[in-house]
Amino acid sequence: MNAITTERLRKTFGGVAAVDDLSIVIQKGKIIGIIGPNGSGKTTLTNVLTGIHRMDGGVVVVGKKERTRIKSCEVFGLGLTRTFQNVRVFEQVSVLDNVLIAITKKGVLGSLFERASAAQIQNADAVLARVGLTEKRDALAAELSYGQRKLLEIARALATDAEIILFDEPYAGLFPEMVKRVSGIMQELKAEGKTVILIEHDMALIRELCDHVLVMDAGKLLAEGTPEAVLSNPSVIEAYLGV
Amino acid sequence: MEYFLHLAILFSIFAILAISLQLIVGYTGLLSVAHAGFYGIGAYIVALLLKNAGMNFFPALLLGALGSMLVAFLIGIVLSRFRDDYYALGSLGFGVIAFSILLNWQELTRGPLGIPGIPRPELFGFEFSSNLSYLLLSFILLGAVYAFSRFLTLSSFGRALQAIREDEEALSVFGYRTSWFKLAVFVIGAGMAGIAGGLFASYITYIDPGSFNVTESIFILSLIILGGLGSLRGAVVGALVLILLPEALRFVGFTPDIAAQMRQVVYGVLLIVLMLYRPQGLMGKYKL
Ligand SMILES: Nc1ncnc2c1ncn2[C@@H]1O[C@H](COP(=O)(O)OP(=O)(O)OP(=O)(O)O)[C@@H](O)[C@H]1O
Ligand SMILES: [Mg+2]
Repeated sequence: MNAITTERLRKTFGGVAAVDDLSIVIQKGKIIGIIGPNGSGKTTLTNVLTGIHRMDGGVVVVGKKERTRIKSCEVFGLGLTRTFQNVRVFEQVSVLDNVLIAITKKGVLGSLFERASAAQIQNADAVLARVGLTEKRDALAAELSYGQRKLLEIARALATDAEIILFDEPYAGLFPEMVKRVSGIMQELKAEGKTVILIEHDMALIRELCDHVLVMDAGKLLAEGTPEAVLSNPSVIEAYLGV
Repeated sequence: MEYFLHLAILFSIFAILAISLQLIVGYTGLLSVAHAGFYGIGAYIVALLLKNAGMNFFPALLLGALGSMLVAFLIGIVLSRFRDDYYALGSLGFGVIAFSILLNWQELTRGPLGIPGIPRPELFGFEFSSNLSYLLLSFILLGAVYAFSRFLTLSSFGRALQAIREDEEALSVFGYRTSWFKLAVFVIGAGMAGIAGGLFASYITYIDPGSFNVTESIFILSLIILGGLGSLRGAVVGALVLILLPEALRFVGFTPDIAAQMRQVVYGVLLIVLMLYRPQGLMGKYKL
């Protein structure tokens, strides 16, 4: 079973193809790594899949339908969520509210007549405990350190209970013990049958966590396979080291 | 005493305006300078219905609020696609258009001549002709607007508004159709401004377009910046301070002929000093 497939997916910025006719398959229930040098189009792929950028060509299959346009507000309904590489938490809102956003009603009318229930708050607290932010629950997100904001991004994504979660460099700026905790979460998600897409530059983490790795270079798929196979592939080594 | 009542009534009207703009600007982060337009639409609808149609104040007030909301809905459909400075410019455009319609649609509004002789409200034979009774009415409406706004801001809707202020695009990924939220809060705020307008028209008994121009929008904006963005109480405090300030200045001893100009100067200086030393406003949580 596939969680997401793309066919000749394309996104250009002023003539430069950041995602260049990319055809990939993301299998369901696996941890899929996406690696590639800086500027190879990993974040752009994430942005296109979550409707932040409009695709310029190609097709994405997620859920049952083929899509040539994904709107950002539809992504949640597709059971897809993400974190942002350039942390985008809601700064002047409490940590708890940042998580509740992902849990409470999403429609105008529904949300008007809803106050966060005890169960919803409990749910949010549980997610905060999972990433180790319980003590910061009532602080404004703006008061958190960079690493704590990264954790809050993860908490917000977890709170959606989405089937497919895209993590765009979630480890950047985390202390070692936090790295362990986040890796634990990735494995738990997989055990729950969810699909994890992990964009990461640390090859040790990729080796440790991923079932399958896609390597991007200049918006194209350079190689794919198991972590061992991919990381010993000469063209991958060349792309990374720029030999 | 009469003068005190007069100030308290003006305070209630401006507190309603400030609270409603606070929802749009302070909570949702949409810099609107169209607010006086909705205030004016409410005032003119109520004035015309009372005077020309002989309608009772209370249904007229309801229609005034609904009229403002309808116009806000039509404007908002376009405006809600924008964010940041584009939103501000779009709202400025509307504010200017609203003012010039009030000024130039002379058959209806009598243009710069204004509408005199607007009657006071009446309910079951009781006329709110004394300022004390009018103050009571104003306070009740202010209380209702405050309570409803508090209900909104504590709801999941209110949380979404604040997230729109922080990062609209990021919020949309979590399943929110953000432009609907922006439209909804704009329409709700306009309805409240319409209520303030009706209250103003029937109190002053004479209105002309000058009370509803863009400068007035900016004055309302300064109430919430002074009081503090993102705080309902801040909006009320801002209205209180800026309504009472001229009276305080009176005691400083400016002669009447320069008092009006000095008031403008002191407003300006006060805002600048505040932004320097307390950019989040008196009660606010964050900076613009
Ligand atoms: N919003 C944008 N506007 C213009 N160009 C962009 C935009 N976003 C990305 N690009 C360009 O697209 C290319 C791919 O960038 P992208 O951020 O997707 O790379 P990445 O693989 O995520 O890199 P990194 O590992 O550094 O995060 C780069 O050349 C980048 O400059
Ligand atoms: Mg990136």
